Amino acid sequence: MTRDEIRDVILEIIEDIDEDADFDSLDADQPLRDQLDLDSMDFLDIVMELRKRYKLQIPEEEYPELSTLNSCVNYLEPKLKDS
Amino acid sequence: MAFTSIDQARDRYDVIVVGSGLGGLTCANRLARAGHSVLLLEHHIQLGGLATWFKRKGHIFDVSLHGFPYGMVKTCKKYWNKAIRDSIVQLNNIVFDNPQFSLTTTFSRDDFTRILQEKFGIARTVVEEFFSTVGRMNFFDDQTMTTRELFEKFFPGRTDVHRLLMEPITYANGSTLDEPAITYGIVFSNFMNKGVFTFQGGTDKLIGMMADELRKNGVTICTGARVDRIIVENGRVCGVQVGNRIIAAPSVVSNSGITNTVDNLAGREVFSPGFLEGFDSVKVNNSSCQVYFGLRPGESFPEVGDLLFTSTAEEFSSDEMLDMETKSRTFSVYYPKTRPQHPDYTVVASMNANYDDWAGLENDAYKAAKEAMIERCFMDLDRYIPGIREKVDWVEAATPRTFNRYTLHTRGTSFGTKFEGLDISRSIFKEVPGLFHVGSVGIIMSGWLGAINYGVIVANDVDGFLRC
Repeated sequence: MTRDEIRDVILEIIEDIDEDADFDSLDADQPLRDQLDLDSMDFLDIVMELRKRYKLQIPEEEYPELSTLNSCVNYLEPKLKDS
Repeated sequence: MAFTSIDQARDRYDVIVVGSGLGGLTCANRLARAGHSVLLLEHHIQLGGLATWFKRKGHIFDVSLHGFPYGMVKTCKKYWNKAIRDSIVQLNNIVFDNPQFSLTTTFSRDDFTRILQEKFGIARTVVEEFFSTVGRMNFFDDQTMTTRELFEKFFPGRTDVHRLLMEPITYANGSTLDEPAITYGIVFSNFMNKGVFTFQGGTDKLIGMMADELRKNGVTICTGARVDRIIVENGRVCGVQVGNRIIAAPSVVSNSGITNTVDNLAGREVFSPGFLEGFDSVKVNNSSCQVYFGLRPGESFPEVGDLLFTSTAEEFSSDEMLDMETKSRTFSVYYPKTRPQHPDYTVVASMNANYDDWAGLENDAYKAAKEAMIERCFMDLDRYIPGIREKVDWVEAATPRTFNRYTLHTRGTSFGTKFEGLDISRSIFKEVPGLFHVGSVGIIMSGWLGAINYGVIVANDVDGFLRC
């Protein structure tokens, strides 16, 4: 997957979690948590969905890698390069 | 509700959930939605665990509906469905009445900020700093500070403020001033977010809607099916035994208490000495007593509040609240609005209680103690609903023995374990692959919201294990 595709997947998963999420003013380098009103349960949902879709196991200690949109893409890019 | 008989369950599932408390139900639902085959086993005839209800003489009594935080709105939408979310409504009148103060509040941060300033004369900056301190607390933070120390730091010597802040939480999860402050901060902040909410339609409607959703997602549900043991072979889980049936599964989620899970279901022999050492230090929480009042058809009373924290004890004391003759109780008041499909007036008095005080009583002494407790509740309730004695056509009491009988919880605990239980529950699957636990542990995973969210957390662990 390309960086843009990974980005779209993340946003799509977040939209499934919160249909009212507003991406227009999203700063890709700022924490998703603060901008989209996501809590730790929401991040768990993202992890579980990524595992379901791509058989991707993200260990708990690496959850912080998912904090911003860009950090998600950076973290997932090597893992999803063959997906 | 008609469920499958255990005889008709298949021989094998991806996951078996033992127990149908809110944590077990949610875990089952989440795993079924993720594509796993799920069998849910419940020993009682009814689903829900302590999220339960019972019918007497035309009344429906809710055992633990009292009120939950706003977080349930998002949680129910995400992990159940929109219809369940849409039945959640706010309880606006939370009443405190004790020798130190009497007030009515929405139990929200805005209202508490106002009350702490106007009624208790606390400076706004102190209130703000207190709220931001508890709001920032995480379960992995430093655990050395106790709630008592937290209160003394912000409101030194103000036992009235301590009572306002602590009493509802002691009823909500059995915690005391000597517990880690983080357990207080997390639970209190959840409530303070927007106030106290309830499920319109009652516990029976909620659990019915959850059962429908589980069936829609393909979960096989068996009630009246008490699991005798969780089978562990070569250090791994391989299924459960229910009566003379063995059902295979690579993963089992126990929604039985953590103490039951280790001591009785899996058996101590499957755990390492190091794990058992930690496990043996886990203290189960206290139990409860309740007295249920149902109004005769045609009778009514005016609005006196939705949840009343009442006490005639001079100051807050968690020991006083556990005493058999405690002067402290909550009244959960249910009006016709609670169950529009079955309008009725009921009141449930709840008290904290020690299992040991009740467990050893002979039959006559047990009956007499229950009668005396009912009498004390009548006396107190009469102050808020004058003439209540003449208005009711049903009253009965439940004790720690009742809680033990219906939930099978060790010592009838109604709030799971103290803080140390969380670590044991979170690490059990690292000890025995395929064995998971979900249930009230560590104070913060207690209550309806805590139980449901914990079900989601554990479902994520199970999903990770099954897809490994």
